[in-house]
Order: sequence, then C-alpha cells, then structure tokens
Amino acid sequence: MPADALGDAAWAAITLTLELAGLTTLILLVLGTPLAWWLARTRSWAKGPVGALVALPLVLPPTVLGFYLLVTMGPNGPLGQLTQALGLGLLPFSFAGLVAGSVLYSLPFVVQPLQNAFEAIGERPLEAAATLRASPIDTFFSVVLPLARPGYLTATVMGFAHTVGEFGVVLMIGGNIAGKTRVVSVQIFDHVEALEYPQAHWLAGGMVVFSFGVLLALYALNPTGRKK
Amino acid sequence: MSRILARFNVSFPGFALDLNLDLPGRGVSALFGPSGCGKTTCLRAIAGLEHARGGYLEVNDEVWQDDAQGRFWPTHQRPLGYVFQESSLFEHLTVSGNVEYGMKRVPAPKRQVSLAQAVELLGIAPLMDRRPAKLSGGERQRIAIARALATSPRLLLLDEPLAALDAQRKAEILPYLERLHNELDIPVLYVSHALDEVARLADHLVLLQAGRVGASGPIGELLTRLDLPLAHGDAAGAVIEGTVQGHDAAYHLSRVDFAGGSLQLASTVARPPGQAVRLRVLARDVSLALEPPRGSSILNILPATVLGLSEDSPGQTMVALDAGGARLLARLTQRSVDALALAPGMRVYAQIKGVAILD
Repeated sequence: MPADALGDAAWAAITLTLELAGLTTLILLVLGTPLAWWLARTRSWAKGPVGALVALPLVLPPTVLGFYLLVTMGPNGPLGQLTQALGLGLLPFSFAGLVAGSVLYSLPFVVQPLQNAFEAIGERPLEAAATLRASPIDTFFSVVLPLARPGYLTATVMGFAHTVGEFGVVLMIGGNIAGKTRVVSVQIFDHVEALEYPQAHWLAGGMVVFSFGVLLALYALNPTGRKK
Repeated sequence: MSRILARFNVSFPGFALDLNLDLPGRGVSALFGPSGCGKTTCLRAIAGLEHARGGYLEVNDEVWQDDAQGRFWPTHQRPLGYVFQESSLFEHLTVSGNVEYGMKRVPAPKRQVSLAQAVELLGIAPLMDRRPAKLSGGERQRIAIARALATSPRLLLLDEPLAALDAQRKAEILPYLERLHNELDIPVLYVSHALDEVARLADHLVLLQAGRVGASGPIGELLTRLDLPLAHGDAAGAVIEGTVQGHDAAYHLSRVDFAGGSLQLASTVARPPGQAVRLRVLARDVSLALEPPRGSSILNILPATVLGLSEDSPGQTMVALDAGGARLLARLTQRSVDALALAPGMRVYAQIKGVAILD
C-alpha cells in the first residue's frame, strides 16, 4: 500500500501525535529540570512523597489518571473552574488538555533519568566550580548541564516515545476527535474496531519500527558504562 | 601586619570543631593532624563550603566571614583557590578548558597570575588538549593546582593534594609545590597528615587534635618542641633553613651555611651558591659529645646548647638543642644521657651523621 493510501486521517493522526509528543517533551524538560534537581539534592522529608507522586503514573492504570484529570479539568473541577476564569475555556477534549494529560503521564520518564543524572554528578564538581568563582546558576549551565547530557538524552527520548505510545489517558480526556485529539494509537483502535486490518497494520507496524528505532538510537548514543 | 585569622566553632554529631587560628599572611601554613581531627572541615569552613555558624574569618585585612555582623561571603565570592584531595577536574572539558574555567570568571584587572604562568609553573603545557579521563593521578592533580592558581587567589587551600597518590607520583608533584612556595607570593594553607610533606613545604605549622589547635608556630620550633608528639619517635627531626655556599665536585659535597654554622652534605647535584635550601636532620642521626671530638669520620660537628630533655621511649631520651638559633633534636640512650650528665644549659658538641636536603 503506498504511503498516501494511508489516508488523510492517518496522516493527520501522525502529525498530531508528533506535535503532542514534541510539545509535551519540551514542557517536561523545562518543568522536569528544577523538579529533578530538587529531588536529587534535597534532604527534606518531602523528597519521598514527592518522588512517589512523580512515579505514580508508572504504576497507575492510565484510565485512573485520565479519569481524575477529566474530573479536575471538567466544568465543576477546580482546574476547570480556574481555566474558565482565566478565559481559557475547558481543557478536556482539546489539544491543550491532551498536552496537560501527557505531561503528567510522561512525567516520571523525564524526571527520573534527570534525577539519576544529577545524583550521579554528586557534590564535588559543584564545590569545585564554586571555588573557581562560578555562581550556582553559572555552575548549573557550565558544569551540571554538560555533565548531565546523557541523562537529558535519555529523558528526551523516553518522554517523547512514551507520549507517542499513550492511549488510555488520551481516550479518557481527549476522546476521539479527528485532527484534534485523535492520535495514532487511537486511530489504530478505530481501524481495528472497524475491522480495517490493513490500515491498522500499517500504523501499528510503523509504531513498532519507530519505537525500536528510537530505543536503538538511544542505546547507540548513550552506551552505559562507557564513562568512568 | 598581614594575618589570616579564623575562629570557627561548629558542632557536628559526634564531632566538634573549636578553632582559633592566627596564621602568617604569607608562606605555607600546614594544618597537621591525624585523620578525623578536623583538618578538612577547617579548610572547608575557610572556603565557605561549610558555613560554620558564628564564625569569623579574616584574610590579610579582608573580612570574608563575620556572622556577628551578618557577613558570609559564599564560596564563589571568596578570592581563593582550592585543591581537593581527588583532583575533581571537570570531565566534560579539556585540560585547557579546566584551567581557564576559573580564570575566565575573574575580571581581567584582578588577574595577577597569567594562564601562561600557571601552565608553566605546573609543567602542564603538553597536556592542554587532553581530556582529564586520559591522565594519570599526578597529572590530574597538577592541573587542579594550575586551575586554582589561574584564578589569582589571595589564599590557596590545599586539602591533602598528595594523599591519593603513590610515592612516585608524590615525588613528581612535590617539586612543583615547592616552586609555588618559592615563586609566588600567595599564602597557602596546606592540610596533611604526612610529616615528610609538611617538613618539606611548611613554614608555619598548626597541630590539630580532636578539633582543637594543639600547638601553632614556626615549623623549626614546633618540630623540636619536646612537649609535642612530633618531636618523638623514629621520624622525629629538625628542619633548618640554610644557604648554599659552594660545592666540592671531587668529594660530591655541598657546603650549606645556616644560623648555627656550616654543614657539609653529600650531594651529586651542584646547587648554585646563594640558593636557599631546607635541610632535615633526623634526631636519630645526631649524637652528642662534651668535648670537640678528634679523629672522627663525622664531618659535621656543631657547638650547641642543651635546651631540654624528655623521655622518648623506654631507655631513649630526646634532647632539644639550640645551635646558634637553629633548633636540633638528638635521640640518645638514657645511659648516655646519664654518663654525660646532660642537663639544660650545658654546652655540647652535636655530631651530625646525616643531613638531607629537602629542596
């Protein structure tokens, strides 16, 4: 089957998926960096509970996460009332809602590699930088970021790939609106329900190839045990 | 007069640091003591890496910390250099990236040590394009020292910079440390638990015991104070400063003058006359006589005065001597001490069997 035989619907789903995953990953890297930094360095009692909260999406069924997101972002939920008060409307069944859901859903996949990378750097390079006149912010950009590069690579790939692969949360809070919330995984589900197996094969096979390629690239670029 | 004044009183679980240091503002001051006596903590407090609450720190008339006045300069605002026990180089930068890292953060008008100078002093020019991961421990430590120097510090803190190295690497670095001492006018605080390093490098010595200052003073004086453990045991000995007067190539002997006279010592190297050298005379290499001995094979015989006596080990006595202002130690058997009836104030002749040049 030639590529354009996938149909406009499929291409729309692919584009939407990549946009969603890209935007989600970007937001997660920005938000995840301070969170991971704090988790890596704090001695506060709150480290345990916050760490557990971050890891929660790893173990919860996506439907549970999606359900609560739907409720909080809904017209009567606290977040829903806030977004309405701010004139943003309601998030469920919109692209913005999908992004918000994906950020929560993929949070541990970005925060944990970053936290591990920060912890591996340890205290000493930071102290050395301080004795060389680097302020804490300066140290972060000139020492921590370069040393944590492998962690950022892992976090980016995992965050992106995991968002591409989500299904349950999307279905719960995004529904199935073509061009707006219908991502590839939902599109495959549609095809299977409609017994359109050839179309489902193309998309599903594409996902397998994509995911394998991404992970292969990750391991090739970031071989463990090379350093030290 | 320029001084380094530090008062720290910090309590940690199971350990308390209660220090009141008053050190000369130039030369090398060594903080010496066994592991766990608080040396490193003290150095970290001076660097501001630990905030010793209620502390006071003044370096050559500049107050870096005075908690009573609410002043605490964070580490990156203190004009210091710090060399850690492990070199702690930045692995993501080349050697030159490491050495330039601190220098770039010092405003140009405040740079007193040039990059070329730091590179030359530590002999690291051939390494500049290398990655830290590919270097030996000794090379890494030299780069760490150059990196600290390149920030033109007003105080250089060295935390056992040789402790993680084997004897060969140590011997490779010591000459560079001596050059720092001789060529730069930067006060150095040197933490060590190795007496040989301290004897070689330090001008001033602070003995730390369980978080407190046990004794503090010029090294020549402290090494020979009989009430301190330093002046006892097999490694006990004096350090004297001298000046090379000449070299006898036929006998491989150098003549060195010091406060108490002149010494001849075996040396295969002809040092230029006028060069300042530091000599180490071990207590076990010194014997005493009441009359100037004749027909002795010992070359160095100096008149001296007995300052004091103290039991060293069963049957062994340590004698402190003054030779024209320089301090010496002699370790004798108790039997010899009784036979000569040695007592403080007596005039004696010190026969020195071995002298080592330290630099």
